Amino acid sequence: MFDFLSDYDDPSIWGAFWMTVKLTALSGVGSLVWGTLLAAMRVSPVPLMRGFGTAYVNIVRNIPLTVIILFTSLGLADIFGVTMGSSDFKVQGFRLAILGLVAYTAAFVCEAIRSGINTVPLGQAEAARAIGLSFSQTLSLIILPQAFRSVIGPLANVLIALTKNTTVAAAIGVAEAAYLMKQMIENEAQTLLIGAVFAFGFVVLTLPTGLILGWLSKRLAVKR
Amino acid sequence: MSSVLYDAPGPRAKRRNVLLSVAFFILLALALWWIWQTMDDKGQLKWALWKPFTESQAWTTYLLPGLADTLKAAALAMVIALPLGAFFGISRLSDHRWVRVPAGAVVEFFRSIPVLLLMLFANEFYARYTGVGTEQRPLYAVVTGLVLYNASVLAEIVRAGILSLPKGQSEAAMAIGLRKGQTMTAVLLPQAVTAMLPAIVSQMVVIVKDTALGGVMIGFTELLNTRSTLAAVYANVIPSFIVVAVIFIVINFLITSFASWLEGRLRRGKKSTGVVLGPATVAGTEATGAGGSI
Repeated sequence: MFDFLSDYDDPSIWGAFWMTVKLTALSGVGSLVWGTLLAAMRVSPVPLMRGFGTAYVNIVRNIPLTVIILFTSLGLADIFGVTMGSSDFKVQGFRLAILGLVAYTAAFVCEAIRSGINTVPLGQAEAARAIGLSFSQTLSLIILPQAFRSVIGPLANVLIALTKNTTVAAAIGVAEAAYLMKQMIENEAQTLLIGAVFAFGFVVLTLPTGLILGWLSKRLAVKR
Repeated sequence: MSSVLYDAPGPRAKRRNVLLSVAFFILLALALWWIWQTMDDKGQLKWALWKPFTESQAWTTYLLPGLADTLKAAALAMVIALPLGAFFGISRLSDHRWVRVPAGAVVEFFRSIPVLLLMLFANEFYARYTGVGTEQRPLYAVVTGLVLYNASVLAEIVRAGILSLPKGQSEAAMAIGLRKGQTMTAVLLPQAVTAMLPAIVSQMVVIVKDTALGGVMIGFTELLNTRSTLAAVYANVIPSFIVVAVIFIVINFLITSFASWLEGRLRRGKKSTGVVLGPATVAGTEATGAGGSI
């Protein structure tokens, strides 16, 4: 019944889901860094940076991820010649997909962190300023550590959405789960079974993430 | 809020801010210059590539039909998903375990798998087991995928909306002798609906964005799909991408603005006793929640 699963080796079912995990992990880290930078820009005292942060978030949030991912391949790679340091089509597609996912997800990470910054009581920032800390010290030593702890829940939501969004990378031929599912479901007779197998794979990937990070967010929340 | 993070700038801070502004401006300018330069090198700035967008033909043959399909799929998905979502959302609040648990399982299941998988599956399912014509199939598949996913998201919105009402509402309804069904339809739902309207409207943004998946993966002729036909005819990859992105931004910006206008109006109006649910409130309601408006 499950014979067809082993007929595929480029990618195999494990290889495909491993690719999904790699895409999720790397773009997760990337968008956390870029999103935090964007959030810092949006609350910074420099008007131009604030404007850039706001514009970036509002533009990127409203473009479909599919458009962004497709653009990284057809626009960035083909026209702008951004090859991401590899001429191998597969490696290049993988890196471009990460670039697109980071660019898109960072906008949501930024908004989550900014809402976290708003939950930190005013007194914290005032006290930090009173003892003479600069803006970057106030932000990195006082505000962000508390903000991060209060936004683990929302960030977990973003991570789960990111896990699901990695399937869009199939649009530029990255051999991950949706890519393999498309091949299988078109060639094999067991439509329902294939659907169930891949759905199960994603439930396994997203459910623990939600449970673990949900538990963590309760544990680490700043008691006020 | 942000001004609390730093003092009103003195002379030194002012100087530093100006310096940072200039440095950031130079960085941005360099990036823009590189983009402009590369586009020029690759001939993407040639007027011939942009000209189609000033003429009616590119719009009437490619962009507008594509946009119409995008909006049609999104509207259909919303109209079908709403009652389905309300049904599952209310079922999750049922007093009977045998209603609550299955409804919860269905909602959590469809929220945790990607829309793309649902679309691919629906597409193949219709091809093999139903008589849906090849012409119509992509639309059916896209709408099915969107409905399954968004109904479960809307179910959570409905649930959060009803839970946001003060307990006194249902207690008062029970005290005057209403049955459970009456309490729900006459007291709770009317108030909850106003509270969750902004969140429902913002979900429309997600639906509009997700239609683009169907265009690339299962050949649904929506905006992103007709873009590639257009780009093949006029050989204008970058201009067509920019135009399509701008169209999406404008549509979604209008929807978002409408949602926040609605939210502000409801907050001021005080018609309902519940909390007004913006997109952010719903995204954070459930620890195991499967992503808010992404």
